[in-house]
Amino acid sequence: MNITEERALPWRAELRNSMKAKERTDIPRVEMPAQDPKVRCTNNEEVNYGLTAEKAMQEAKRCLDCANPTCMEGCPVGIYIPKFIKHIEKGEFLEAAKTLKETSALPAVCGRVCPQEKQCEAKCVHLKMKKESVAIGHLERFAADYERESGNISIPVVAEPNGMKIAVVGSGPAGLSFAGDMAKMGYDVTVFEALHEIGGVLKYGIPEFRLPNAFVDVEIDNLRAIGVKFITNCIIGRTITIEELKADGFKGVFVGSGAGLPRFMNIKGENLVGVMSSNEYLTRVNLMDAASPDSDTPVFLGKKVAVIGGGNTAMDSVRTAKRLGADRAIIAYRRSEEEMPARLEEVHHAKEEGIEFMTLRNPIEFIGNDQGRVTHMVLQVMELGEPDASGRRSPVEVPGKTETIEIDEAIVSVGVSPNPLIPQSVMGLEITKWGTIVVDNDTMQSAVPIVFAGGDIVRGGATVILAMGDGRKAAAAMDKWIKQGLS
Amino acid sequence: MFEVEAPLIAKSRKAGHFVMVKVGEKGERIPLTIADADLAKGTITLVVQKMGVSSSKLCNLAEGEFITDMVGPLGKATHIEKFGTVVCACGGVGTAPMMPIVAALKKAGNRVITVLAARNKDLIILEEQMQELSDEVIVMTDDGSYGVKGLVTNGVESVIQREKVDLCVTIGPAIMMKFVSLLTKKYEVPTLASLNTIMVDGTGMCGACRVSVGGKTRFVCIDGPEFDAHQVDFDEMLMRLGGYRDIEREDMEKMKCASGVN
Ligand SMILES: Cc1cc2nc3c(=O)[nH]c(=O)nc-3n(C[C@H](O)[C@H](O)[C@H](O)COP(=O)(O)OP(=O)(O)OC[C@H]3O[C@@H](n4cnc5c(N)ncnc54)[C@H](O)[C@@H]3O)c2cc1C
Ligand SMILES: Cc1cc2nc3c(=O)[nH]c(=O)nc-3n(C[C@H](O)[C@H](O)[C@H](O)COP(=O)(O)OP(=O)(O)OC[C@H]3O[C@@H](n4cnc5c(N)ncnc54)[C@H](O)[C@@H]3O)c2cc1C
Ligand code: SF4
Ligand code: FES
Repeated sequence: MNITEERALPWRAELRNSMKAKERTDIPRVEMPAQDPKVRCTNNEEVNYGLTAEKAMQEAKRCLDCANPTCMEGCPVGIYIPKFIKHIEKGEFLEAAKTLKETSALPAVCGRVCPQEKQCEAKCVHLKMKKESVAIGHLERFAADYERESGNISIPVVAEPNGMKIAVVGSGPAGLSFAGDMAKMGYDVTVFEALHEIGGVLKYGIPEFRLPNAFVDVEIDNLRAIGVKFITNCIIGRTITIEELKADGFKGVFVGSGAGLPRFMNIKGENLVGVMSSNEYLTRVNLMDAASPDSDTPVFLGKKVAVIGGGNTAMDSVRTAKRLGADRAIIAYRRSEEEMPARLEEVHHAKEEGIEFMTLRNPIEFIGNDQGRVTHMVLQVMELGEPDASGRRSPVEVPGKTETIEIDEAIVSVGVSPNPLIPQSVMGLEITKWGTIVVDNDTMQSAVPIVFAGGDIVRGGATVILAMGDGRKAAAAMDKWIKQGLS
Repeated sequence: MFEVEAPLIAKSRKAGHFVMVKVGEKGERIPLTIADADLAKGTITLVVQKMGVSSSKLCNLAEGEFITDMVGPLGKATHIEKFGTVVCACGGVGTAPMMPIVAALKKAGNRVITVLAARNKDLIILEEQMQELSDEVIVMTDDGSYGVKGLVTNGVESVIQREKVDLCVTIGPAIMMKFVSLLTKKYEVPTLASLNTIMVDGTGMCGACRVSVGGKTRFVCIDGPEFDAHQVDFDEMLMRLGGYRDIEREDMEKMKCASGVN
């Protein structure tokens, strides 16, 4: 059934006609209930509480069930948005979750971390009528959470085991979604992870207050339940090579090794003590639990913390610093707030929590004391010039205008490069000058036929949903490729 | 000294490689050089010196107990070829990581002179093994309680003055490597230093291990651990190593209290 036919089904038509479009658009957009900003910046619990069933059903009424649902064009994996929303309106929450899972492997995660305001919600027809878009992200989260909490997680149908071994490198969203799809098709899937924890950025990067680890673990357990095996502390290319995997009978390898290499600015004083990458900071706090007293890993608890950058990683770092007791937690960003790549909600939340935003400021030097510990940061004042290649107005220096602020910790969050371990260790891969692996756009197959790749290792720092989409695309293509080889 | 079961690592490791080890759920990940490997048994050997909390926890493990997490081999393997005469200058924590390098250099046909240094006699470790692997071992102690009295640099200098040295390899406390490097620079002896910076992940993910080499920021865990010593900014490295000293000391106090040790 295509989406037009589905939309014509009696239950959908009946629901659609039960209310006038005008009544629907007149309902105000739901507000996500959240912890009080003053309280939440002293704990690590999730900021958003999630919608109640009542609120979710009310919000679902706002959706017009468009004949031409433009929201779906905004979704990188083409989730059948009006269908899942109409299931919510009807109170069929488990059905809604099932609809999400037809296209998305990790709806509870994506409902929380996708930049909806740039994707589906940016294309919602409501915006054309000068109304706020349907809260698609909140509804996605609701349906996925409802399913998990109900204990009725739909166990996917798993095909007869075909005995063919498949290896996955990396357990981030790309690797997890690939593993899930392959296991469902009957393959014998093993995921190899370099770290001692499974989940990639979802675990070591994105903090608990935005994405509780327990939810990621549920997804991992679901994968285990359908036969996916996980091996931690194993670096492909080091502990085992891809050649060895091949010799060991693995029929295909999917590389989802992410963009783990932090970039620095290469400015004076950047190697002072107290200046670190957001990856180091977040890894210490999230993966190594360094802030808890019984952890052996230390983390410096700054009182005046500056975070450089305007992306999600910067927001996560600065809000973590606030939670760890910083009196001043500052974002220094070289463009204006409008150009910030972070999710809108995170910027709002950060502001509510008292994060200071110093925009149009570019660090040019860190100054330290005689023990080599950072004490000041010099900022170049910027202004916006002409739009650059990315379409964002590029910042230009205001000649001679600088500011010096006192800090005791600086977290550099100016982007990441692809993890070089795999590109360095596999012969024959085609690598771009940015260090990403070149793959076929449709199949995600690399220049080495047995190797498929997706997520940040192919795109550079991107998003969870794109990584997940790549994983699923690669699974479908690898299955086809393997079966072609057999026939 | 530990022998740890790790067949995959034993198979793929080369001289100069290290592993990241974590003891306990809330343990810290610390880098340790693979001193030796036994392919038949599928084991690797680690030599650990008690420094702070994590190394002590490791040393307190009894035989048969498990290391919670271990991953490797990491880092770039030492470039081994026939150089001629090689002086291996090591002290303190650097002695263990030097062992596989001495062995590999010797195997490649080099004349290997090992300078083993420590503050006093009790702190000299692995002398016997080094004697076996090297052509000559010069033991140096700060207080003269054993071997020759003097610093590691005195030992190295005596060799350089006596014969032509083609390469020097140095591993030890950053301050020691700094002075070895200054010395060999004076005599224009190419020198490799294996840097033991602070690490978190050991896989290139965090940048905690970064150092300036030839004015460029490099990551020790993936670009190193060995670098051209004459290009390394040791002062910066020393400064960065001190970064967590206060917190580490507090943790150590806590552990001592908890275990009743003093
Ligand atoms: C702090 C932070 C916040 C973010 N916030 C958001 C957000 O709000 N919304 C959003 O959409 N995106 C966000 N992102 C980006 C998003 O997390 C990534 O785009 C996504 O995780 C990429 O997924 P991946 O599967 O490609 O790689 P990753 O999640 O990076 O996982 C890769 C895994 O592979 C492992 N690995 C690497 N090399 C090897 C090897 N050789 N052998 C074995 N294992 C290996 C790594 O240890 C890692 O666990 C954020 C990123 C960060 C760092
Ligand atoms: C590539 C590499 C290989 C190594 N191989 C070995 C090995 O084979 N055997 C071994 O015993 N050690 C080795 N080390 C050093 C070892 O990792 C550290 O001694 C260990 O991390 C100390 O942890 P800790 O918690 O016990 O001490 P901490 O509590 O972290 O430190 C205690 C004291 O030691 C200082 N310190 C911490 N780390 C270092 C360091 N890396 N160098 C010098 N001083 C330090 C601290 O400033 C502090 O004063 C290696 C390090 C690197 C980077
Ligand atoms: S565009 Fe908006 S109103 Fe239309 S189907 Fe999508 S979510 Fe519903
Ligand atoms: S230890 Fe993290 S990058 Fe080297």
